[in-house]
Amino acid sequence: MKPGAYRSLGLSDQEYRHILKILKRKPSDTELAMFSVEWSEHCGYPRSRKWLKILPKTGKYKTLIGEDAGGIIVDGLAIIFKMESHNHPSQVEPKQGAATGVGGIIRDIFTAGARPIALLDSLRFGPLTQTYNKYIFRGVIEGIQFYGNCVGVPTVGGEIYFDKSYTGNCLVNAMCIGIAKQTELVRARAVGLGNSIMYVGSSTGRDGIGGCSILASHEFKEGEEKRPTVQIGDPFTEKCLIEATLEAINTGYVAGIKDMGAAGLTCCTSEMASAGNSGMDVELQAVPRREENMEPWELMMSESQERMLVCVKKGKEEQVKKIFLKWGLCASVIGKVTNDKSVTIRDNGKIVARIKAHSLTRAPVYDMPYKKPAHLKEATKFALKNIPEPKDYNKALLKLLAVPSIANKAWVYEQYDHMVQVNTIVLPGSDAAVLRLKGTDKAIAATTDCNSRYCFLDPYKGAQIAIAEAARNLVCSGARPAAVTDCLNFGNPEKPESFWYFKNCIEGIRDACKSFNVAVVSGNVSLYNESPQSSINPTPTIGMIGIVNHVDRVCTQNFKQSGDMVILLGRSKEELGASEYLAEAHNMIKGSVPHIDLKLEQAVQKAALEAIEKGLVNSAHDCSEGGLAVALAECCISNKNKIIGANIDNLDYNIRSDALFFGESQSRIIISCDKASVEKIRKIALKFKAPFRVIGKTGGQVLRILNGAKELICLPLEDLYEEWGGSLKRKIEG
Amino acid sequence: MKFGVVVFPGSNCDKDCFYVIKDVLKQPVKYIWHQDTELKRLDCVILPGGFSYGDYLRTGAIARFSPVMKSVAAFAAKGGTVIGICNGFQILLEAGLLPGVMLRNAGLHFICRHIYIKAQNTRTRFTNLYREGQVLNIPIAHNEGNYYIDSDGLKELKDNDQVAFRYCSAAGVVDGSANPNGALDNIAGIINKKGNVLGMMPHPERSSETDLGLRDGYFIFESIVKWLEVKR
Repeated sequence: MKPGAYRSLGLSDQEYRHILKILKRKPSDTELAMFSVEWSEHCGYPRSRKWLKILPKTGKYKTLIGEDAGGIIVDGLAIIFKMESHNHPSQVEPKQGAATGVGGIIRDIFTAGARPIALLDSLRFGPLTQTYNKYIFRGVIEGIQFYGNCVGVPTVGGEIYFDKSYTGNCLVNAMCIGIAKQTELVRARAVGLGNSIMYVGSSTGRDGIGGCSILASHEFKEGEEKRPTVQIGDPFTEKCLIEATLEAINTGYVAGIKDMGAAGLTCCTSEMASAGNSGMDVELQAVPRREENMEPWELMMSESQERMLVCVKKGKEEQVKKIFLKWGLCASVIGKVTNDKSVTIRDNGKIVARIKAHSLTRAPVYDMPYKKPAHLKEATKFALKNIPEPKDYNKALLKLLAVPSIANKAWVYEQYDHMVQVNTIVLPGSDAAVLRLKGTDKAIAATTDCNSRYCFLDPYKGAQIAIAEAARNLVCSGARPAAVTDCLNFGNPEKPESFWYFKNCIEGIRDACKSFNVAVVSGNVSLYNESPQSSINPTPTIGMIGIVNHVDRVCTQNFKQSGDMVILLGRSKEELGASEYLAEAHNMIKGSVPHIDLKLEQAVQKAALEAIEKGLVNSAHDCSEGGLAVALAECCISNKNKIIGANIDNLDYNIRSDALFFGESQSRIIISCDKASVEKIRKIALKFKAPFRVIGKTGGQVLRILNGAKELICLPLEDLYEEWGGSLKRKIEG
Repeated sequence: MKFGVVVFPGSNCDKDCFYVIKDVLKQPVKYIWHQDTELKRLDCVILPGGFSYGDYLRTGAIARFSPVMKSVAAFAAKGGTVIGICNGFQILLEAGLLPGVMLRNAGLHFICRHIYIKAQNTRTRFTNLYREGQVLNIPIAHNEGNYYIDSDGLKELKDNDQVAFRYCSAAGVVDGSANPNGALDNIAGIINKKGNVLGMMPHPERSSETDLGLRDGYFIFESIVKWLEVKR
């Protein structure tokens, strides 16, 4: 390699000096390559690690933390889950980028010995009015369905937002959930002197070289060609790999196993040795390849997909190999576990790299400076009195329902197989997806949430709201919020203003999680999400799972029958700041984010959950983007086979109607119930000190909403459905 | 009576079918690996949904060459009961055990959705528990479910009463607006002339339990059990 070549691998001068100090000599090409990927932000978290440590690791359920994915234990069952980003690859090559994002997160789950049972995707794009954004959007959906459908894991939920900050840098965050008996879990480590290191899965090519370091850990610049750093996915091989891996783990002959994701062989060899406090001696000639004349450093950096590294108990190699061969996969012993704490890489016997495993896995930690951005002063300045009220509230609501971030997402989720494995009780389109756990009374609910506009205007509160809303979505489904995974998408950490957002979001997540007594069991950091067009809004995506204690108490958002009473739990305030309405109707991303009081939030959620668990509630829906009016409309129309109107004639808050209908006050849940249950629910609300108000009644062919005595909204249900249900399709295909 | 669920590499509804037969229908069932050829002592073979061999060339095109398919053909020739669901249906077409072909969905998208089908011929071993014309809510999940056959073939299917299910509206109207994928004549499922092989695009195993909201699909499996019992 040429002098200074480390820079093209993404290493800084300072890091290179550090490497010289560790090795006490010049690194070989292969060693340099290994440091460059393992110390990248994507793998080693040098810039974020200090702050990640503050996230709570304990909560109401026993946690499993420290492997590729984390989880919780519920009645002896391990629920393993994690969310991960594949932003830059998806921006460069949307279909393959998204597909391999799905593939990667699935491997993180089954490498723990858990069977993947569900996928969710949190996606963010620039506005669909731009052709290139549309291309990215369609490509990403195509990639998710191409991979997820074939691999046989249902894609049950997620979220999609459009905002101009994502033009030039989309976000693709994929989450996977798996289950295993606690006793079946395996760890990602190399243990047992003399045990074999076996490479399994697909062969190695030159795809994805530098994916984690050069692509993921730098911002986009003008005129760069980064397509060769994107991996190519093969869901059929992944499906076979899932079955073979779980079968192999089931034999008891697997001492440790790790997915070859970012940083490929480098990551697996160094991290498994480091986690096992052992060492590893590997011969590259034994690595199955799909291309000729690959250099050792290419083999060590390749991010070819659908590969795993297995630590197999000595003497059991043939039995394990047989399983992978049966599934048509490669299986080759490439090395042995040693006790010298080093990773030794050989090419035809000749040592091409020898590095202490810990020095690779313990990337340097940087204390990044942070500074509140000056632009916030202007952005948070906002006076409601300067905003005119809409002349026609019907039009305002219809317009809001058609906003792509709010509109019905069936065009997307109907392209995903969301039913395979026959566990999906609540299909996509409600507040959270719910999956039964066969053989038990319980079910898992899952959701992803983040309002990045809030985080842009107030990262601390925005992150708290993301946690609160995720929990609220679970509660509306009848689940108890249980644990969190986070996917932290931010701009360039080397800019103090950008890092300030990161720090404040983390602190918000920490405090909200503590308040809900839920742990952050896994996660991912994606920095450098910037392009010449924009820097993304800070987006700490929250994936949260909840536990439904009795499958028959699952709840959904749509009204179930005419004549039910409609109740609002929570308080509506005169808040319009940071709202979707303000952005849509007044083209303003401004103001204070909605107030969040975590005590009030808990009160509302506990009251709703108890009412649901007692079987008193027929529907429950949280108020989020678009506010009360949008939430009510969704209650009416979100089940297209059973559209039911409502007469909301008892709202009396003495606040402006636009704020009342479209403001995004937090901690509000709309429930509907039989008339006979109203008093029982009132008592429950009183017990938890949750604000309670009967606001109307279901039935009829219109949604009618009054503020005080003034009828401001009265719309036929077909009109609501037409705007909300058909909007996305019109914007994409029309 | 004993069911067998074939497992091709890439099958992904094999476990679902197995589960419904064993835990819901409560009948004995075993997996059959694609390289096995032994189907003795089985009464019904299920070819499940999924992406056999990745479906990389054309759906079902590679699976038809797998060793088990020779045995399935022989099993069917002797009158054994065979049901192909989704990818299983596509494989039966490729293997020539049922007539016609599958094209890509008319909308060029994968579709996963609850849809309605109408039971057209209820005198078969697969449908004897349904009423003639009964409307069933059973989900679909496929990219290539646009059934096609030439006009002679279609006439033959109709003359022999081989159309088992047609896509329809909730009210039972069979027309273009109720057709999710462009299938010719709204065809969702067909049987062979002898009536012992069924192929269908909708997934009955996904609507076999009240937990999942619907049991309309369950009665296909129960019809088979009842038919076999009567036969004995």
